[in-house]
Amino acid sequence: MTAPAYPHRHLLGIEPLEASHITAVLDTAEALREVLDRPIKKVPALRGKTVVNLFYEASTRTRASFEIAEKVLSADSLSIATSTSSVQKGETLLDTAKNLEAMNPDMIVLRHSASGAAHFLARHCRSAIVNAGDGAHEHPTQALLDALTLRQRKGRLEGLRVAIVGDVLHSRVARSNVWLLTKMGARVILCAPPTLMPPGIETLAPTTYRIDEAVEGADAIMMLRIQQERMTGGYFPTLREYHARFGLTEERVRLAKKDVLILHPGPMNRGVEIASEVADGPYSVILDQVTNGVAVRMAVLYLLLGGAEAA
Amino acid sequence: MAPPAPFRERQELMDADRLSRTLSRMAHEILERHPDIRGTVLVGVRTRGVPLARRLAARMKEASGFEPPVGALDITLYRDDLTTVGPQPVLKGTDIPTSIDGRTVVLVDDVLFTGRTVRAALDELIDFGRPARIELAVLVDRGHRELPIHADYAGRTLTTTREETVQVRLKEEDGDDRVLLLERTPGPAPRTRAAAPGKARSPARARKRTPPRARRPRR
Repeated sequence: MTAPAYPHRHLLGIEPLEASHITAVLDTAEALREVLDRPIKKVPALRGKTVVNLFYEASTRTRASFEIAEKVLSADSLSIATSTSSVQKGETLLDTAKNLEAMNPDMIVLRHSASGAAHFLARHCRSAIVNAGDGAHEHPTQALLDALTLRQRKGRLEGLRVAIVGDVLHSRVARSNVWLLTKMGARVILCAPPTLMPPGIETLAPTTYRIDEAVEGADAIMMLRIQQERMTGGYFPTLREYHARFGLTEERVRLAKKDVLILHPGPMNRGVEIASEVADGPYSVILDQVTNGVAVRMAVLYLLLGGAEAA
Repeated sequence: MAPPAPFRERQELMDADRLSRTLSRMAHEILERHPDIRGTVLVGVRTRGVPLARRLAARMKEASGFEPPVGALDITLYRDDLTTVGPQPVLKGTDIPTSIDGRTVVLVDDVLFTGRTVRAALDELIDFGRPARIELAVLVDRGHRELPIHADYAGRTLTTTREETVQVRLKEEDGDDRVLLLERTPGPAPRTRAAAPGKARSPARARKRTPPRARRPRR
């Protein structure tokens, strides 16, 4: 028996993956995308599997696309938003997870505000764990769907020059993307105001405080959301000033390659990190990202739950 | 693809020449039954059903002037043993290029064995529409059906045992055109019957061949 293309039991982050595992997820997503265009958008692959979506933080895209992916693959799923659950009564993450596990699910998809929450569950639970975002650490399915979008449009990842611009400090999307893109041979440059650039990040990728320098000659620009809900201090004077210094405007897009792609993980703050005419402009692949999000999550579900129990 | 390690060649069932003539005959049989070929779609079951379907379509064009559309079906997501086969099988994707509503679909596969692949393929096809009818064309029918399924067109029908396996090699996938009967070598790694739906993984041993499309009494 040949070695499985994706030899892990969980998806906790991009950092522990090898390039071949990432390629396996992207190829599987590519093969599964077609299912979404069928007259009957459902295949029986994961019949009888149960998936719990446990979301400790607000989410529209990620949760909706996990739910759609689960339904298309015929898994039974339930979503728990902590705002309406016993978490409000003070139950801990581990107790909640253990109680859900007593009902025998096959997978838990977890979003949590604490970095490492998914790793913690993976150590204590029997189910397969998928990290749907843990604090400022990783958001692996977002990086995978970004990579799928880039690969579809550019035909490759290797050698692409990608600028990641915005609130790097609070961004799990930035971390997952830096790991993924570097493993796949792309050249990444990070750009943020000094206050939003985490110390030590330059060991992962080159950094700059000037957006013009970051986007010059770029094949793709990934904009990051200003995460005001995570900001405890004053990181910049005003949103207007942030937009003037670090917002992606049409003028700045012109510094990039002619066929540049603009990505944003959503939700967007229009007029802050990205100008509306850029978000809705011809280079924007923001809605492609959302469609690809469903395909990538289907691939992750299939790779973790399809086939016999992984090692 | 090399034969799985514990198998050795027992007999060559078809060489390239014979395989080519068999496909020509099958193409003519399909045309004979469907003179109005424009309402027909060929759908190959991945992997080797797809090149076989393409070759049949090309021969049908030679004979009738019209090349029927060819689709590809990856039945992995419909397997009845998906959660027991071992690591996740690699997905290659389904591609049905045209509407199948009201048309005749000829499913094409290399080896018909338990019939489980065909069951999965039927389920998947029906999620794409409502064909007027579905027929089945296989290069080799080796018996051992576990479901009430039969081939409408068979290149060759033979009786095998479960200790044997039939390997179809095609230029597009394997570099040469041959059909081989393999048998399990008495080795250190006895395998229980692999539950792959369909074909070639299972052991068996041939006795004699019966004429093409002959019905064998079952049980």
